[in-house]
Amino acid sequence: MEQDYQISRHCRIDTQGVYFNGEQISVEASADFASFSKSLYYSLGTAYPKFFKMDNLSKLAWLGAELLLKEEQTTNIAIVLSNRHSSLDTDLKHLATIADSAQYYPSPAVFVYTLPNVCIGEIAIRHNLRTENIFFVSEQFDSQLAVNYSNYLLNTKRADKVLCGWVDYLQENYKLVLYLVEKTGILAHNLDVVRQLTR
Amino acid sequence: MKNAVAVTGMGMITAIGDDVTQNYHSLFQKQHGIKTLQHISGKHQHQTLVGEVAWTNAELVEKLGAEVPKNSSRTSLLAAIAAREALSQAGITVTEDMPIVMGTSVGGMDIFEQHFPHLLQDNQLIQRRDVGDSSRVLAQVLGSNSLVTSISTACSSAANAIAFGARLVLSGRADRVLVGGSDALSRFTINGFDSLMLLSDELNRPFDANRSGLNLGEGAGFLVLESIESLKKAAKPILGYLSGFSNANDAFHQTSTSEHGEGAYLAMKQALASAALTPQAIDYINAHGTATENNDRTEATAIVRLFEDQIPPFSSTKAYTGHTLGASAGIEAIYALLALQHQLAFANLRFENAMDRPSLEPIADHQPAVIRHVLSNSFGFGGNCSTLIFSHEQSLY
Amino acid sequence: MEELKAELKTKIIEALNLEEVTIDEIEDQAPLFGDGLGLDSIDALELTVLLDKDYGIKVTDPKIGKTIFQSIETLASYISENRTK
Repeated sequence: MEQDYQISRHCRIDTQGVYFNGEQISVEASADFASFSKSLYYSLGTAYPKFFKMDNLSKLAWLGAELLLKEEQTTNIAIVLSNRHSSLDTDLKHLATIADSAQYYPSPAVFVYTLPNVCIGEIAIRHNLRTENIFFVSEQFDSQLAVNYSNYLLNTKRADKVLCGWVDYLQENYKLVLYLVEKTGILAHNLDVVRQLTR
Repeated sequence: MKNAVAVTGMGMITAIGDDVTQNYHSLFQKQHGIKTLQHISGKHQHQTLVGEVAWTNAELVEKLGAEVPKNSSRTSLLAAIAAREALSQAGITVTEDMPIVMGTSVGGMDIFEQHFPHLLQDNQLIQRRDVGDSSRVLAQVLGSNSLVTSISTACSSAANAIAFGARLVLSGRADRVLVGGSDALSRFTINGFDSLMLLSDELNRPFDANRSGLNLGEGAGFLVLESIESLKKAAKPILGYLSGFSNANDAFHQTSTSEHGEGAYLAMKQALASAALTPQAIDYINAHGTATENNDRTEATAIVRLFEDQIPPFSSTKAYTGHTLGASAGIEAIYALLALQHQLAFANLRFENAMDRPSLEPIADHQPAVIRHVLSNSFGFGGNCSTLIFSHEQSLY
Repeated sequence: MEELKAELKTKIIEALNLEEVTIDEIEDQAPLFGDGLGLDSIDALELTVLLDKDYGIKVTDPKIGKTIFQSIETLASYISENRTK
């Protein structure tokens, strides 16, 4: 029997600001992602030095997940993320290190992040999530796919909760919308609500 | 087997053959396709051992004999060749509305990198890099107006594409789907893996004590999956069943896998559960077996944890094709189905000495056997671990 | 050698994104890997790139890294003996 699920928490991080359950939280958004992400990291109060080794996409994803999962007890949380630009921001950095055969110093730490799903890996490591995880690449967030897929994972008991959303970063343009789907919550988990959240 | 879908078409192109038949012959003859890089200029050309598809992009376009968008990436050309073969076998014309799910890690990077850094002014070229673009080009070449979904989860991309497609069928959202993966070699990935010191300068030796790393490869592998219900109305030859699948995150490190192979163990265990099979039911494992120190040791550890003292014959076919990254699970799904069709577990080439811990040996030679169920592993960076289980068309119930 | 050690500490902090570590906190003899700075296998590879880029030393065997990168002390010795830049 299929049941209806709810969205228990959601957040958005973009160049306009940082929002948790619809309310803006007190961090200055700025065009400089490096300083913005650093100040958001410190404001969240989790000591995680490896944060500074991550690329921009992973930092963005990690911050969004931290906002939603910091107090979370469950680890049976599947992760379903998507974006438009894949890992292009970091891909360009990697290309720059191999473009000139005279100055040829590819960086392993950069290459590691030339796959968009590594940002899921960072979330999984931080929150101990050994669950199903997938990364889609699409022009826009596919709300129908997200709703169907989250419902499927919960109905088939592949997870107790689903961390779902969009995390895109390319050269100082960034947008993250993450939400947590589970049995109880504050918003109905349906197409209209998800479309509204992720617009 | 409530989670089973039927496989009615297979198509592929790799370093060991331009289609399924050629691939099977190479496997049977124990003929690998790993040689020094030919088609990409730069420091690795004629130096680095790779599993390269023999044809240039122009030759692939000719093989396709279809309208191909300008500057199509090699990834999409390989995908189109493989997809076309799968569709043809399933007797499906491309005008039918059928979801396409494609896994890739490289996408259009092979075209993109040729123009770097000038491409940043050219929006069309930036489009080409888009992982999603390779899938759209695939659909275009096939003449399809279908919904296309692109998945990018590193070396498990094709497995996740196959599983996602299967779920579309099982949930009733589609009667049939075209699923698989493709990845072309690129300077980008060769240099990247080199910087991680994961490449071997010898032919790879999966699961061997003296293995020294992987050889990269390229190719594409696609399947047509159809619902068992819909086939009751319009029967066609069934090549086998996808009877189980699962995915788990290792949650340990960005690129290395945990000591006890936790992600691998969970993926395999849950895939068996989804197929309602016990470990003893598996007759052959097509391992991920990249021949890196880390993967082979941790994957073997996970196999021992799950199968205990009843470990089935296993091998890595990356010894033939190299590691085809986002395409690997699609290619190896077909090798699993070929093992079922021919009742043959394929030799793990170049295996000589077993690892110390765990002390586990793949099959060094072909092994004819009764094969009812095959388990196929694909593990990617970012801790993404996927397992697919394929069953013989007579072993479903 | 003292100058080289100080230089290495600065470079390591930058190359490995050790945001919260100061030069004073890195002791010459303390193990770089394991608990200390929490460096991992990717960091070791980054250090081999640093050796090449800044000091002209090519390390091709990842296992050699274990001995060279033991501490700032061992790293500085190795560099002063082998540098070509």
